[in-house]
Amino acid sequence: MNAPTPIDRLLLPEFDVAQLDALEEEAIFILRETAAAFERPALLFSGGKDSCVVLHLAQKAFKLAGAPEARLPFPLLHVDTGHNFPEVIEFRDRIVAELGEQLIVAHLEDSMARGTVRLASPDESRNGHQSVTLMEAVDAHRFDVLIGGARRDEEKARAKERILSHRDSFGQWQPKNQRPELWTLFNTRLKPGEHMRSFPISNWTELDVWLYLQRERIALPSLYYSHPREVVRRRGLLVPMTAVTSPAPGETIETVDVRFRTVGDMTCTCPVESLAANAAEVVGETISVTVSERGATRMDDRTSDASMERRKKEGYF
Amino acid sequence: MSTVSLLATDAASDLVCASAPAANDDSSRAAKKPLRFLTAGSVDDGKSTLIGRLLLDSRAILADQLDALKAKAGGGQPIDLSLLTDGLEAEREQGITIDVAYRYFATRERKFIIADAPGHEQYTRNMVTAAAGSDAAVVLVDVTKLDLGAKPLVLLPQTRRHALLAQLLRVPHIVFAVNKLDAVADPGAAFARVRDALAEFAVHAGFAPAGIVPISALRGDNVSRAGNIEGYDGPTLLALLEQLPDEVAAVGTSLVPVQYIGGVGGEAGIGHRSRVLWGRVARGAVAVGDTLAVFPSGEQARVAELHAADGRVERVAAGRSAGIVLDRQLDVSRGDWLAAPGSHAPTTSFRATLAWLDTEPAIVGRRYWLRHGNRWLQGRIAAIESRLDVDTLAAHEAHALGVNDIGEVLFETQQPVPIERFADDRVAGALLVVDPATNRTSGALLVREALSS
Repeated sequence: MNAPTPIDRLLLPEFDVAQLDALEEEAIFILRETAAAFERPALLFSGGKDSCVVLHLAQKAFKLAGAPEARLPFPLLHVDTGHNFPEVIEFRDRIVAELGEQLIVAHLEDSMARGTVRLASPDESRNGHQSVTLMEAVDAHRFDVLIGGARRDEEKARAKERILSHRDSFGQWQPKNQRPELWTLFNTRLKPGEHMRSFPISNWTELDVWLYLQRERIALPSLYYSHPREVVRRRGLLVPMTAVTSPAPGETIETVDVRFRTVGDMTCTCPVESLAANAAEVVGETISVTVSERGATRMDDRTSDASMERRKKEGYF
Repeated sequence: MSTVSLLATDAASDLVCASAPAANDDSSRAAKKPLRFLTAGSVDDGKSTLIGRLLLDSRAILADQLDALKAKAGGGQPIDLSLLTDGLEAEREQGITIDVAYRYFATRERKFIIADAPGHEQYTRNMVTAAAGSDAAVVLVDVTKLDLGAKPLVLLPQTRRHALLAQLLRVPHIVFAVNKLDAVADPGAAFARVRDALAEFAVHAGFAPAGIVPISALRGDNVSRAGNIEGYDGPTLLALLEQLPDEVAAVGTSLVPVQYIGGVGGEAGIGHRSRVLWGRVARGAVAVGDTLAVFPSGEQARVAELHAADGRVERVAAGRSAGIVLDRQLDVSRGDWLAAPGSHAPTTSFRATLAWLDTEPAIVGRRYWLRHGNRWLQGRIAAIESRLDVDTLAAHEAHALGVNDIGEVLFETQQPVPIERFADDRVAGALLVVDPATNRTSGALLVREALSS
């Protein structure tokens, strides 16, 4: 074993079982509350690490250890932009099959075919348009609550989000008209056409997520761990070269050992340089990381300080 | 070695799961739960600066966020820490915090969740929201706003209000942070006078502060590193918060509000397969073999099996969720309560403190939805008896309550409820009031006493 390195006492917690257990208890409590209080929940599952954590917590919340039931009390829902990394889609389908869950996929390209989504140009990022497809799926399946893996530490606009967040019939979030959340006495009452978002891991940080992924040995898509990938360097980001991204004039493609910190639309999600090959090594890196998750990896969040808040008002998760 | 350093990158591959012995070898450090604390202060008290300071010192602020601040400040200027906690576009326009925001940071000792309560006077409702469920309250005192020469020294109304609201909501630990000591001529003397006034106020108000700490959020003195304040040799604010004990789980007879019914247990040879009744234990503990009574049916059964997230257990204590399989089939629904037999006296009438959060005023006699535990039921305000002066908690005769008012009311419910005094039980003693027309969360009821119905 290595000797402990003398470090500043302010640098992040020892691996402490009480911290993760408290977060797990809270998340499972919220999942059971959501399943009990609403008629038609759906769990948003993209194959991303946060949704993998929520799916794992749901297994613990609803299936007795050692005596798994056939299914969760709700289906999984994925909004597929058509620009997802193929490894992630393959992973999504494999996990769903292994667990025997029901998966509903809402395709953004179907919204484009219907004309409800129109891109300004063929290479425009599809991220901002997901909310339309999501709301169409909510209407089609009459979901009254969507369970998601959003965390308050991700971005400033999310810091004020509730655990159970009320949306009007347009799916809009009203930051000035939120219901006060007192103790665990959640106000779950809805009018017809309204719905809720439920965020069981609101109080988790990126580090908490990685510590939990490690502790629970939760499988993730391979691109969360170090792998060689063709990228170009653009405005301080590593832009992956894919079927839908290509180098701009003057840019050179190079192969770099990278991992992704978030996975989303291929056109706007960037990896970071890393040799971390497993969750434990990612934990080590996360502790010494110096750039925020979204700042390092999301091109679209860089355009405006308030871009997340704007999209949230439009119904984006 | 006694601990595993997460920082050493070459040690990262040695990291093992949380149950590894290495994490438990150091008996001097008891594992603590994350501490959720609210910060209360008025506009310009330096609250945003304090939060920014905590985030910065704990390195929760990352390079890209810091770069954005430096760019805003301009070359060579000190960064404005308060910008770190600015959230929404609307509040940037107004320049004030308008809602509760949550911030996260961690030290080696503990994970922290800050519930950032607004300072503006009209937002008492957000202070109530932030205080409900918090383990501690940090009340900021701006020393530059006080007349330090006055005898006796007079505290600001908002200081009294923030502390009294925290006490009313039974926040377990109340800490005063006396801020801006960098801006007064004699910090030692100024702190001593303010400390004495706060201590005296706390005695009159009936609580013991968990600490009174002199700080400069701007310079970082006594926030995470010791600062030189003459006459103060206590812990920094952060060290104090790290050491606050977890709230002791309520002792007493067992009580479980049934939250969710699912799964099928009963493999333990009780002769039948039975549904699992899930609920977070509100009080006491539940153990296999205990006899529990169902409210409202009154039927009794014994606990045959107990489940937790990771499998079967023998006992679950307050604050954790238990999956209970009873030894015989009873009709139990979400919203019912499982309790030690004879431990509660249901009532339809009680006296309570009502914090009103809705812009529509409280209407005597109108039916509201109530949430008590996991049950929804109807109830009405039978009478408004008084309104509290939030600066003193003195009761003044009143017959109406508007937004941000707190008053004493007589309340009636349509069905009997197993309530307790809020001071004794924060689960069974609290009810949510919801407007049936708008579904808005209109108020919070803190039970003072049950009345015989």
